[in-house]
Amino acid sequence: MNDGVEIALRHTHGDFRLAVDMTAPRGVTALFGRSGAGKTTVVHAVAGLLRPDAGRIAVNGEVLTDTARRVFVPPHRRRLGYVFQEGRLFPHLSVRGNLLYARRVTGKGAAGGEFDRVVGMLGLGGLLARRPATLSGGEKQRVAIGRALLSAPRLLLMDEPLAALDDARKAEILPYLERLRDAADIPVIYVSHSVAEVARLATSVAVLSDGRLVRCGPVADVLSDPSAVRALGVREAGAILTGRVAEHHDDGLTSITVSAGQVILPRVDAPIGSAIRVRIAAQDVMLAREVPNQISALNILPVEVLALRGGGGPGVVVQLGSGTDRLLARITRRSADALALAPGMHCHALIKSMSVARWDVGQQAR
Amino acid sequence: MEDWLGPEEWQAVALSLRVAFWATLLSLPPGIAVAYLLARGRFPGRHLLNGLVHLPLILPPVVTGYLLLLTFGTHGPAGALLRDWFGVVLAFRWTGAVLAAAIMAFPLMVRAIRLSIEAVDPKLEQAAGTLGASRPVVFVTVTLPLILPGVLAGAVLSFAKAMGEFGATITFVSNIPGETRTLPSAIYTFLQVPGGEDAALRLVAVSVGIAMGALLASELLAARMARRAAGA
Repeated sequence: MNDGVEIALRHTHGDFRLAVDMTAPRGVTALFGRSGAGKTTVVHAVAGLLRPDAGRIAVNGEVLTDTARRVFVPPHRRRLGYVFQEGRLFPHLSVRGNLLYARRVTGKGAAGGEFDRVVGMLGLGGLLARRPATLSGGEKQRVAIGRALLSAPRLLLMDEPLAALDDARKAEILPYLERLRDAADIPVIYVSHSVAEVARLATSVAVLSDGRLVRCGPVADVLSDPSAVRALGVREAGAILTGRVAEHHDDGLTSITVSAGQVILPRVDAPIGSAIRVRIAAQDVMLAREVPNQISALNILPVEVLALRGGGGPGVVVQLGSGTDRLLARITRRSADALALAPGMHCHALIKSMSVARWDVGQQAR
Repeated sequence: MEDWLGPEEWQAVALSLRVAFWATLLSLPPGIAVAYLLARGRFPGRHLLNGLVHLPLILPPVVTGYLLLLTFGTHGPAGALLRDWFGVVLAFRWTGAVLAAAIMAFPLMVRAIRLSIEAVDPKLEQAAGTLGASRPVVFVTVTLPLILPGVLAGAVLSFAKAMGEFGATITFVSNIPGETRTLPSAIYTFLQVPGGEDAALRLVAVSVGIAMGALLASELLAARMARRAAGA
């Protein structure tokens, strides 16, 4: 049996042409791209809400769409959970009624123990008797996620579930999504146009641009790939450092042990020893040939230059090896020339602690 | 009430209530089906169906009544079929009055229900589909509960129209005391005989009372349902 989701699609809609071949393995696969890149078209095709011109879609080896063999399983028989951007809760049902909807209409679905587990994981216990109209945006999305999970899906599709929420609500719901990623044993396809969300949640990334797949692979590889920077957005791009919380300091800082040493970040709300991942934006990384002294940046990591990539503009993106992690630095071509940066060279990466926002730090299982 | 209304008047009121009740009840399922087709269906002939449904609203009621007589009369094609196969005769019977009232009230009912179906977000129905509900199940569990206020409004309008139907009824089933003399027919008859004004006035008062009562009850129910549907 083939684990994961196989997607091969050709679809034309007006001027827009989509051509995607990808596989989403177990874990959270982020479908990343700007609006209009074709992300929603792909998830609609997977869910059966769209019949592609040509293509084949299979989940765990079971074919759901195959235009060559004229197979098209209707949406309600696909057993996929779909979390929409706007929640789409049923207004005439209570939260409990929404959560139990799939079981009511199919006679199957999650058993009692599973109900309690999902309610506990998403913190819905206090909301069960409420009506959707009385919930906040973040609460609605948590109910929508629970409702999809309780349909006992083989695959969870999440179409920008945070896009309609403000930053505070996003921050409130992200820990639940991290828990979901680490607890769920089904593949999740997560549509997003936010690199920060992808960096926190995804295990793999597929980058879409103008209906084509630009890059696809494990999240640490794609986010540290200089050639993907343009598609991700130069201001957003940044690689992921993984580490463990080592110490909480009295002055509001936290030390993190990473593969190349230690980094100090603003207070991380996680117990000592817990695994975390931190997105370091490429534009917040400086490079120095020598270890500078008397400098305000707290983090100086020894790194090796792996690759340089320039675009048409004045900047270059430098890929750096830092222990087993990789970093990206976006600096001017003039600086790169002045430092005579070349692959294989050893130098030092400087990272301001305060450039890392609370939003960039996430929990990580394993 | 029995003392205040004469037996003939009482008979007319009871008959009208019975006709309006059955006309409304029997036209609800097809009314909902046609409203759904018009609101959501994309098929050739949709405009034709829309026109047919609205025809009784525009045609002179006498014409509708006469067409009914031609079709459902004992010698009409549908009438003969019903009589020979099911032993049902509609012409000049109170059941025929039900048919006439239902057809005349149908456009009003369909219109009210169609509007409420169009107000339901298809995205909710799509979401129900992804949760495993087939089209008919989506309709029963999501669409129908959300359009109940509209269905109720349609039913009340239809009931009121059926209570007052005159032209098509008198053409199709005539004005037979105890069988097809509904409230409007009775008022008309009383106005034709000298000294009948008092009885006519009493029936007018009853008409006004029933209409007001139905409207008030539906308003109250609709408000309660809307509150429930909005989830307050």
